[in-house]
Amino acid sequence: MAGQELEVQQKKEVASQQEKTIPARFYVPPTDIFETADALKIVMEVPGVPKEAVDVKVENELLSIEGRIETTNYNGLEPLYTEYPIGHFARSFTLPWQVDQQNITAHLEDGVLTLTLNKRPESKPRRIAIQ
Amino acid sequence: MLYSDPFETLLQLQQALDAFRSSSWLGTSTSGAGGFPPLNVFSKGDDIVVVAEAPGLKKDELDIQVKGRTIQIAGAKTVTYGDGVSLHRRERTVGRFSRSLNLPVEIDADKIKAEYRDGVLAIFLPRAEQDKPRSIKIA
Repeated sequence: MAGQELEVQQKKEVASQQEKTIPARFYVPPTDIFETADALKIVMEVPGVPKEAVDVKVENELLSIEGRIETTNYNGLEPLYTEYPIGHFARSFTLPWQVDQQNITAHLEDGVLTLTLNKRPESKPRRIAIQ
Repeated sequence: MLYSDPFETLLQLQQALDAFRSSSWLGTSTSGAGGFPPLNVFSKGDDIVVVAEAPGLKKDELDIQVKGRTIQIAGAKTVTYGDGVSLHRRERTVGRFSRSLNLPVEIDADKIKAEYRDGVLAIFLPRAEQDKPRSIKIA
């Protein structure tokens, strides 16, 4: 896995499911989703987004994540050569019923946002005692 | 006014970057253009700033070397899921990387600074004094 040469992923612009009211472009963060015994984990790459600029919202089974990059870092910089576009990130997911919507936590480190969506107790595997 | 609106600023920045998508500033001097990490190069006054998006790296896994006008960025990106998980979707990439670029200007190797914050690597390359353009007074 780690031995192979790393390839560049082209950034994908957000297709407008709900259109944005601001003129700038948004991009879809590459995301891993995996399940542990207690939770569903969503890990997304949002380089350039500081902690304060992440919005995670849950509304009607829809989990929406928005991360805004810090544009002030680019003040006074003139582009000479570019290989990738920059912009804010946005993505949303429909939550399965097993997820406890009141119990979602988020953690951001080095441009990687990890959301832990804890499962409802009734959706966890249970052992049935024989009477 | 308009310039203070962060969204307007971003749009202008995006448009400015678009204009340099096919810039020949580095010519053919990056080895493996299209390699990871993708780079954006900016000028800041006389100096050069190289910015790369490389989320999820550890600082000590990043190796930046400078020799003359050549900069090399190397490292490895790994992703760990933990044991006993079932994977539903996998879009993040992992692997080794190594890229070098030759700058078309002289740089002051002693004053280079690198910063890794929020998954973005920025390398500040001050232009060497002797390489800075001088204005010539007409006698």
